[in-house]
Amino acid sequence: MSNTKHLTDEQAKDIDENIAWAKINKDVLRSMENPRMGYWVALAFSVCLFGLFIYAEIYQYIYGMGPALLNTSHMWDLYISTFVFWIGMSHSGTLLSAILHLCHADWRKPIYRFAEAMTTFSLMTAGLFPVIHLGRVWNFYWVMPYMSDRGIWPNFRSPLIWDAFAITSYLTSSVLFLYIGMIPDLAICRDNTTGWRKTLYTFLSLGWRGDDAQWRNFRFTYLMIACFLIPLAVSVHSIVAMDFAMAIMPGWHVTTFPPYFVAGALYSGCAAIMTLFVLLRYFLKFEEYMTMPIMDKVCKLTFVIAMVWTYLNLIEFASVWYGHDIPSKEVLMAKATGPYSIFFWGMMVFGSVLPFSLLSQTVRHNMFAIFFVSIFLNVGMFLERWMIVTPTLSLGYHPQAFNVMWPGWVEWAMVGGSFGWFGMLFLIFVKVFPCVSMYEVKEMVYHRKRTTFADVDEMMELHTGVPGPAPKTQETGGS
Amino acid sequence: MPSLLGNVFKGWADYSKANEDGGHHDYEHMYAMSIDLDKCTGCNACSTACYAENNLAWVGEEKFGARQAMNWMRVERYFDEPDVGEGSPDSLERGASFLPMMCQHCNGAPCEPVCPVAATYHTVDGLNAQIYNRCIGSRYCANNCPIRVRNFNFYDNAPTAWPAPMDQGLNPDISVRSKGVMEKCTFCVQRIRGASDKAKREGRELKDGDIVTACQQTCPTSAIQFGDLLDETSEISKAWKRQQVELGKYEQNKENPEMRGYRVYEELNIDTKVLYLERVREV
Repeated sequence: MSNTKHLTDEQAKDIDENIAWAKINKDVLRSMENPRMGYWVALAFSVCLFGLFIYAEIYQYIYGMGPALLNTSHMWDLYISTFVFWIGMSHSGTLLSAILHLCHADWRKPIYRFAEAMTTFSLMTAGLFPVIHLGRVWNFYWVMPYMSDRGIWPNFRSPLIWDAFAITSYLTSSVLFLYIGMIPDLAICRDNTTGWRKTLYTFLSLGWRGDDAQWRNFRFTYLMIACFLIPLAVSVHSIVAMDFAMAIMPGWHVTTFPPYFVAGALYSGCAAIMTLFVLLRYFLKFEEYMTMPIMDKVCKLTFVIAMVWTYLNLIEFASVWYGHDIPSKEVLMAKATGPYSIFFWGMMVFGSVLPFSLLSQTVRHNMFAIFFVSIFLNVGMFLERWMIVTPTLSLGYHPQAFNVMWPGWVEWAMVGGSFGWFGMLFLIFVKVFPCVSMYEVKEMVYHRKRTTFADVDEMMELHTGVPGPAPKTQETGGS
Repeated sequence: MPSLLGNVFKGWADYSKANEDGGHHDYEHMYAMSIDLDKCTGCNACSTACYAENNLAWVGEEKFGARQAMNWMRVERYFDEPDVGEGSPDSLERGASFLPMMCQHCNGAPCEPVCPVAATYHTVDGLNAQIYNRCIGSRYCANNCPIRVRNFNFYDNAPTAWPAPMDQGLNPDISVRSKGVMEKCTFCVQRIRGASDKAKREGRELKDGDIVTACQQTCPTSAIQFGDLLDETSEISKAWKRQQVELGKYEQNKENPEMRGYRVYEELNIDTKVLYLERVREV
């Protein structure tokens, strides 16, 4: 940390280029064995929170949706805003692993694995919410067009059906993407472990030997899925936005919602990456790999996306303000001045003002500051989703139905419990699977070395005019 | 084709037909209502009758206060601006304005396209029907209803609403809904079916006045009228014509702007089927 402080961002290397490949293997494998105490505390906390979730769900199953204090105007509330929140979180992994992969942004390499895991697990969390918010949760599979003897089909016009399709296909693809990108690393794990881990990695590494043909197929497959995943990620959150945009309610019926939601998703995803970056760096002792210069780039990326989100937010307000849709305008004004105003302004401050702190290099280079800033960015994004869902329901069209509700304990328990479920899955993942991509970090080290002139000269001398690249098979090195 | 596949594809054919037509266009009836607000005294008899007829659970004061009530028909009270002055006919001293509100059975119902399992749909009678067995309780329909007339079973209300032997007094023509199901005004579909079955047994066509909804039957001032708009001779279609309110139009062109007839939320183009006659206040 200290030796990067006096360097400018351009001078600072993403990671130390003198790390030996064997050390990379050793460090990552070690991270799966002996994490810091904080890891166990976080895991225990997550499991407790998830227990709360289970309790609340059983309670709701028995007593119905009433204890959540939903009412005739507020049929959806925190359940759906939390759903949108988690779907949003899931977009960061795709951004880092797929979009930045296609952009050849090398700095993504040490951190994309956990971001991709975050995608998968936050989708698994998000997928819970449309199910648990059903009045008759035991019939949730009716939204799927399965073959029914009665010839009953779901309603393909309903955005909730599109949701079901979008989430399941995104989840499948991102699990596939996560897994395929991990195969070379699983082979390293296979070669260096014993016991149940050996059995698991032997099975999962699919007989990876690291020969030329395997690498070629691997690269191609990885690239293909990356290309497939990007439009999918955009469409998933657009479809979630259509849950609202397709409705006729003021404040929901907004044309710009799909791009606005996608920007918000990337934003909250990046903020979550910053949080987990700090935590993993500490828990798993990854100071050498998750370095300050990389965090610096993540912060800058977050800032840019925050500004895109702010812009889309402001033009939405402007179009409502200057349009002549009176109910929408009233909902907007009520958001800013009514009983929800504290949350609305909280969203504006955390979402649009706080990111400016990322312009300061002092903040960008202080892990504590980044941790708290990223947490509050996500608080802002949570408030944003809440402020999309609830004020519209409180102040729709019908004056008789105007009312304000505060979510019941069941809802809060589910919201909190979803963080437990996510944290539990994520923490178990980083313990069982290598959450820093070993083979790609090696590429970084190798690649940087190759780009210095001294190295090229040395190699030219050695090979006397045959400057071909080093054999690729070495990339499973250490195995 | 009585096979699994045959049923599936027949279901698909029906489904896509309904989609292309934007609901059924081959209506056999078009049941509609008219409510004269000038006659309404706000006595809530219609709401009470609805509770009795349709097995609506009472939920108690606490849940009612939390707006978790199951009232399909509610009499809404609106108080005019208190600062218009005592002399004005709209002043607070004149009391509340009443608006009996229930499902408007919109022909362009916003609740229908959003239901993920197609539990709410339009019947050939022009009714907006709700299939309790199919409902999974996603509540999207209620969120998309601008009038908020859909009631959700937030609790299993039956045991508290009708402890034995009160359950013996339930209307046998209609089901008791379980928790997690959406429900709403059906225009007393059991009475519609009963009357048409009776007409069929007697070998005659349905005639105007055969079907009487519970609220209509109970209204002491006869403010509520109900009937078939496709029947040119029915009282209801005469009432609609008199007020020059037409289905399928979101801007009514009236010869006389003083005419009292209007429908709620015409600007949303949801095409409601309840005609309200504005209250006239003597100066």
